[in-house]
Amino acid sequence: MNLRVIWALVLRYIFLYTRNPIRLVEMVFWPLVDLLVWGNLTLFLQRNTSQEFGGFILFLLGAMILWDILFRAQQGVAISFLEDVWTRNLLNVFVAPVRTTEYLAATFMVGVLRICVTGVVLGLVSWLAYQFNLFTLEWWLVPFFLNLMLFGWSLGMISTALILRWGQAAESLAWAVPFFIQPVVAVFYPVADMPAWSQPLAWSFPATYVFEGMRDVMQTGTMATGLLVKAVLLNLVYLVAAGALFFQILRLTRKRGLLTKFATQ
Amino acid sequence: MSDPDPREVILEARDLTREFDGVKALDRLSLRLHRGEILGLLGANGAGKTTAMNCMLGLTLPTSGQLSAFGKPLHKHRIEILQRANFSSAYVSLPGNLKVWQNLVVFAKIYGVRDAKRKIAGLLDLLEIAHLADRVTGQLSAGESTRVNLCKAFLNDPELLMLDEPTASLDPDIADKVRKVVRRVQAERGIGILYTSHNMRDIEEVCDRVIFLHKGRIVAEGTPDQIVQKFAENSLEDVFIKIARSGDIEE
Ligand SMILES: Nc1ncnc2c1ncn2[C@@H]1O[C@H](COP(=O)(O)OP(=O)(O)O)[C@@H](O)[C@H]1O
Ligand SMILES: [Mg+2]
Repeated sequence: MNLRVIWALVLRYIFLYTRNPIRLVEMVFWPLVDLLVWGNLTLFLQRNTSQEFGGFILFLLGAMILWDILFRAQQGVAISFLEDVWTRNLLNVFVAPVRTTEYLAATFMVGVLRICVTGVVLGLVSWLAYQFNLFTLEWWLVPFFLNLMLFGWSLGMISTALILRWGQAAESLAWAVPFFIQPVVAVFYPVADMPAWSQPLAWSFPATYVFEGMRDVMQTGTMATGLLVKAVLLNLVYLVAAGALFFQILRLTRKRGLLTKFATQ
Repeated sequence: MSDPDPREVILEARDLTREFDGVKALDRLSLRLHRGEILGLLGANGAGKTTAMNCMLGLTLPTSGQLSAFGKPLHKHRIEILQRANFSSAYVSLPGNLKVWQNLVVFAKIYGVRDAKRKIAGLLDLLEIAHLADRVTGQLSAGESTRVNLCKAFLNDPELLMLDEPTASLDPDIADKVRKVVRRVQAERGIGILYTSHNMRDIEEVCDRVIFLHKGRIVAEGTPDQIVQKFAENSLEDVFIKIARSGDIEE
């Protein structure tokens, strides 16, 4: 791994996002819309439910923000790749001395940058508009963020691999893949209230542990650290598997001679 | 294979074959490119020129055959080889949503170019496009973006340069400029260039030696003059037409 190469690739996105303010809007606009919808819903529920649940209902906002962290990490990887496809630049990168690991690392970093932008905006707005302070999660925020980021990277590599496999026609997968799993990772409701058959499925995704943990922390101020350890271990499994899938499909694409076709279409 | 050219071989293909769905786009292609030489790959559309180049860049894996550059097998030393090589094609562009200088800075960093600012300024001057530095890449004309692509291709002072139809879609004036720059840089730095084209003018003016491809096979090899003589035609263009229309020609 060559840090200089990774930095060069990240610099490209910094140029891109600072040159085109519209890209920043995309990173801020959709999360804000989401936040307003969930925030207003929360206010409505708060006013019309019992005192106890009314306080707890704020978890909807926390869930929405944490979901967005996951989504942005995934987007960093998938959209960075698509950006190269759209601009017909993929070949320039692949004929440059860029290792696949360096390319992926750069997309991971772009994910981190995206998280920072949306995280700060959502954190501020939810606090100012809905009196939801993300920091009520205190230090738990750190493992939550890290776990969601790692899982986002895995989902990003999976999305990219699928797009490589099925070509540009499948590019909407870049946005769809996280939503395939949204219903089962217990973002807005506890696993215990999900249909019994789907509960084992829920526990097979690291994100589930974070959303469960968030609700625990908001209600009781703490959570079982064993769950977090499980999340980290699961994340490592996903990272290795997703990375292997990506490398395998990239190799297949080279073998079939589709990389160039893909990149110049 | 005895090689009359004493210069170092910097790129070598041996029996390079590439099939797509059972059809051979390249059929046992063997070639050597020497340091300081411009080797033209000439052939009709679909002859296999781009496929050959893509294999040599490691973008496409060959079905069979060996590839090496600087004496090292490509599949094992790809990154190291790519660090000393570069590529430009009429069909590949730099990100259109960045400014020209931003694109060049990014690639200068990727290749680890020292004193990148001066290097970029020098190349922009050489290609007579210094005034484009602050322009958005996607808004350039074909001729302008070809020259920006060439800037990128010269950034790392490559010892091996692959140019895939660099003059495609250029008007005669700009095409002429591009040929002259390629010639000049090649003469100054002694790089080896693999140059594909279906444009006779390109081949005659730029290449020291030509390989004529037809349906993935070499049908003739030599200097442009030698090839014209061999086929008893008046010009390279006549040879081209003869080969393109005659179906399969055996050596
Ligand atoms: N990825 C691919 N899949 C299927 N066929 C391909 C692919 N790439 C090239 N070909 C075929 O290989 C042959 C050679 O193509 P190409 O190398 O692009 O020719 P040239 O560059 O000389 O015009 C053509 O018949 C083309 O259709
Ligand atoms: Mg071609």
